[in-house]
Formats: sequence, C-alpha cells, structure tokens
Amino acid sequence: MLKINNLYARVDDKEILKGINLTVNAGEVHAIMGPNGSGKSTLAAVIAGKEEFEVTEGEVFLEGENLEDTSPEDRAHKGIFLSFQYPIEIPGVSVTNFMKTAINESRKAKGLEEMPAKDMLKLIREKSEMLEIDRKFLSRSLNEGFSGGEKKRNEIFQMAMLEPKLAILDETDSGLDIDALRIVANGVNKLKSKDNAVIVITHYQRLLEYIVPDFVHVLHNGRIVKSGTKDLALELEEKGYDWLKQETVL
Amino acid sequence: MDLKEKLVSSFLAFENGVDVDHPVHDIRSEAIKNFETKGFPTKKEEAWKYTSLNTLQKIDFSIFPKKESMLEYRDVKKYFLHEIDTFKIVFVDGVYSSFLSETTHDGVDVCLMSSALNKPMFKQIIDVYFNKIASKDDSLTSLNTAFCREGAYIYIPKNKIPKKPIEIVHFSTGNEAALLLQPRNLIIAEENAEMQIIERHQSLTANEVFTNSVTEIFAAKNAHVDYYKVQNDLTTASLIDNTYIDQKDASVVNVHTFSFGGKLTRNNLNFYQNGERIDSTMKGVTIIEEKQHVDHHTLVHHIQPNCESHQDYKGIYGENATGVFNGKIIVDKIAQKTNAFQQNNNILVSDKATINTKPQLEIFADDVKCSHGCTIGQLDEEALFYLQSRGIPKKEARALLMYAFANNVLESVRIPELKARINKLIANKLGVRLGFDL
Repeated sequence: MLKINNLYARVDDKEILKGINLTVNAGEVHAIMGPNGSGKSTLAAVIAGKEEFEVTEGEVFLEGENLEDTSPEDRAHKGIFLSFQYPIEIPGVSVTNFMKTAINESRKAKGLEEMPAKDMLKLIREKSEMLEIDRKFLSRSLNEGFSGGEKKRNEIFQMAMLEPKLAILDETDSGLDIDALRIVANGVNKLKSKDNAVIVITHYQRLLEYIVPDFVHVLHNGRIVKSGTKDLALELEEKGYDWLKQETVL
Repeated sequence: MDLKEKLVSSFLAFENGVDVDHPVHDIRSEAIKNFETKGFPTKKEEAWKYTSLNTLQKIDFSIFPKKESMLEYRDVKKYFLHEIDTFKIVFVDGVYSSFLSETTHDGVDVCLMSSALNKPMFKQIIDVYFNKIASKDDSLTSLNTAFCREGAYIYIPKNKIPKKPIEIVHFSTGNEAALLLQPRNLIIAEENAEMQIIERHQSLTANEVFTNSVTEIFAAKNAHVDYYKVQNDLTTASLIDNTYIDQKDASVVNVHTFSFGGKLTRNNLNFYQNGERIDSTMKGVTIIEEKQHVDHHTLVHHIQPNCESHQDYKGIYGENATGVFNGKIIVDKIAQKTNAFQQNNNILVSDKATINTKPQLEIFADDVKCSHGCTIGQLDEEALFYLQSRGIPKKEARALLMYAFANNVLESVRIPELKARINKLIANKLGVRLGFDL
C-alpha cells in the first residue's frame, strides 16, 4: 500500500524528517508515536502532499506509484486521507455541500459522472448513522462553532464518505472525551478492511486500546528509532520516551 | 475644454429644458456655483488621496444623450431579479423607460423624480425633503444637484409596506461614445413604513460611462429600509455613488454594497442618526481584479444617544486591483450609550493588488462602546491544504475559502433570491462550479 524510502523533508531551512523508512501493507494498522516535535505531524502532512514541506531526499510510493510532484488533491483522488489535528472552519459551506463537492471532484478526476443526488443522500445517511451524527449537524457550516469532539467526529465522517485506501489519523484522540473517543474508534474499526490501511498518529496509548495496531513505531528527531508490536505502546506508556532518546544517542 | 468647464457651460443649455421658476431651480443654481468654485476633488484632499478622477476628466463625456435608445426586455432580463415579482424603475441612458418599468401609485408612490419635481401633488413633500440631507458642500453632490431632473422617487406613507421589492436599474447602451449620467433619487419611508430596494447600474457596451449618482433616504420613526447596491459593471463604467441617509427614532436602515466590477467605483455612504434607538448597518463585499478600483468611504454620525451602528466590509483584491476603505464614525458629546462597530477585512490575492484601509473615529461622548478592526492578509495556506487534502482542486479550494470569507455579509441579505443571485455572481467571478448552489 504505502512504501516510504529514506525520506528527508524540511520546512524553510529546518530539516524535520531525516531518513524515514516505513512500509504499510493493505489490511494493516500502524501507530506512530513519539514526543512533541519528533516529526509525526510533518510525516503525515508530507504523505498527504503539503507543499510547504520540501522533500529533499527519498520517495513515497502509494501502490507502487511514486507520489513525487503529486498535488494534495491528486493524492486524495488516489486514496490518501488525512484527518487533521486542527480541522479548519469554513463558514457558509455546509458539511453536506462540502462532502458533495469533495466526492464529485474525486469522481470527476476519475472520469466518472457526478454522484446522483439520491445516492449521495443515502450515503450521507448511512455514514452519519454509523458515526452517531445528528442530521441537523450536517446542515451546519463546516467545523464552524463545532466542539473539539464534533470536529474530530466530522473528520471521521469525511473519511467514511471518501472511503480512502490509506487513512492517516493525526492526533485524532486529542481533545476527545471517552465517549467521543469510543464513537470515533468504532467508526474507524468499521471502516477497516483487508483492502485499506490506517496510520494512527498519537501521543498516548489510550486510543490504541480501541484501534488496535499491528505495528507501533516510535519517531524521534525525524527518524523511526524503534518499531514493534502493540506491546511497545504499553511500554512507552509506562516508561515515557526518555529511555528511547538515550538509546538513540548510544 | 476640460470636463468641469464643459459642465459649467452646459448648465445654461440645461436650464432651457427645465422649469426655472420652480423652487428647486434655486437649489440647482446654488449647487452649480459650489461646483464651479470647488471643481472635481483632487488627490490633495484627504478624502480623495487614493482615488483619482484625473483620467475620467480627460474623457469627452456627453452630458445630454442625443438619441433615445430602446431595449427589449428579453435582452436585459438577466440584470433584473426576475425570479421574483418586483416594482421596477428603469432608465436607459438616463431617460426613463416606461416600457421596462413597473411603477405604482397604489397606496405608495414608486415612480419618477421628474414627476415628483413637476407635479403639484408632490410639491409639499419635495419642499420638506428634497436636498435636505444631501451635502451642500461636497462638489460632486453639488454637481448632481445642479443637473438633477430624473431618478427614482419612492414615498411610502405611514404604516405601509409596498407589496414587493423595488428595483432601480440604470442601463447605458453605448449610443454615445462616452456618457455622463447623474441620477437623483429621493426615498422616503414614513413612520412604521418598510421597503426593500435593489439598485444596479449596468453598461451594455464597452463605451465609457461615468455615473455621478445622489440618493437621499429618509427613514422616519420605526421605519425599516433595506437597500442593496449591486455593482457588477464593465471595466469601462465608473460610478460615484453619494448616498445620504437621515434616520429618526428606532428606525433601521441596512445598506449592502456588492462591488464586483467597474473601472472606478466610489461609494460615499453617509448616515445621520437624528433620533434615539436607531440601528444603522452597512455591509459590503468587494471582489475585483484587473485594474479595477473600489473606494468605500463611510460616515456614521451619532448625533443622539442610545443608537447603534454596524459596519462589516470584506474585500478580495486580485491582479492589479486597488481598494480603499475609510470608515469615519463621529459620536457627538450628547450621544451617550452609543454602540459603534466597524470591521474591514481584506485578502490580497496577488502581489500587485493594494488596499488602503483606515478607521477614523471622532468620539466626544464618554459612555460609548466603539470598536474597529481592519486586517489585510492572504488566503490561509493551512485551510487551502485542508480542502485540497479532501480532493478539492486548488482553484476551487481558493474559491471556497474566499466565499467563506465573504459569507458574514451574505448571511444578512434578506431576499433569498437576491442572495442566491449574489452567490452565483461570486461563483462566476471566482470562475468555479462547486457542484452545489452556494
């Protein structure tokens, strides 16, 4: 699904990613953990194609295709989805209209007709029920005045609507109470299949109790310094990150 | 001969065509004197620092159109809010078109300035209201006053509401190589009266047009006036809109100005709060590009206590476009408990576009709430990335963000069909189809 080779990326003159190697296969869930400033969100943004970051070395492949010079929208059309840590407010554009635009732009890029209104409504109903989203919520302006929890749930709703091959959840758990966390995690679990893959970026082990990863990677100072199974997350929860930092220095 | 000389010398010819014994003619004569003394404003004047009329004055404008033009409704239908039924006061090259208009005298008067000036039945109202709130000092207003004889006249008596919105539309057909138009509107809402007005100036060819318009609006106690100005003209059309609003106790006047096109557009919007518990709202969306220029000069004069004013102007400037916002708020010493809010936010889409924005607060009362804020920025890159990451192409993503930016102002448009129309104009301007009606 995703293959990252020796990836270096910088913003302005600051090198943030310093040789990332990562392979994610279809059907897998990977967790990326690490202290603040280790490069987790940058890695997510680089995979999604954010132009602010300059890739100076290495490659990102999606299903064997090199994504170099591919715009964020084209990456979305190819099946990459990034759930934002801080979703943006768009006044005057309802959640429903936003999703219509996003889905139809994606279909247009694939040479498909626009989705008939009836099918669109059905899809919206189905996915909003799955995420326990109130219909009234869908006619509100996108993210405007949403609580932290509503914003995150709305991100997962968008993911459900767009059915990506690779979903990257950037700190989706931050700002969520336990009920919202459960709903969001359930949604992600229902969307998981043998044909898609999920990368969960998080500080804490808490979310991983609900979305159980096949692999856990620890990012520190722009590099993956340790990889393991879900037990690694528990170990991090117990010991913090300091022991790893020391290990890297050695 | 420069334009000023041409105008002053044309006044004699103009007098041949009007009733010089009418009391209004004394007002005209005074006005032409003021214009002759002051001439066109220059960039040396603070209020005209960023807007130059030099280029316009070099054009040889016809002051009186020579031939009459006919327009077929089907050719100009799209410029009307044809989705709903409206009263229409329509002018073609400055001349009233009865064919395109729909006026009324049924309980309310929606008709012509020329009728109001000439017919004895309107004399009393003309005596009370005409030229009473318009500036006697401002040279361009004086120029309009000097040549005034046509425009819209709307009188809504106490407790009346016209049964539909009123459209005032000025077409110019290009029959003249260059045409100067000076419409003069008088709009009166008596106690508890209400009305909705949509005004538009539309040039139909690339021949130069220069409109110097004056509108006087009187809102009596508890009256409610919604005024929408749609400025989406060609890049050979220039407009100076001088609007003066007199408000009495507990009246509400909302003016929305949508400036989407024109060579040079100057809006002088002046509110005078001559009563208590008054609400004055002025909102605007400006989206221009090429070398277009839009200048909003607002004035709110808080004369009495316990009143409010709200200003919210959004501007999006592309290519070599230039914008000006100057918001002046005066709070007199006795105007305690005034709430005055002013907001002007701008986005510069190109490196060459410029905006000059300036709040100008003169506050003499001590128990008031006044706030003002202006911002100038670019589109938020993070927001752009968010939309793109959902598969929305950059162009459409930019358009969505610009639309969202202007949305506050659109929210308060109270005629749904007009709001839909404005949304469409914005989508067209931004060159996108977003797959749904905004």
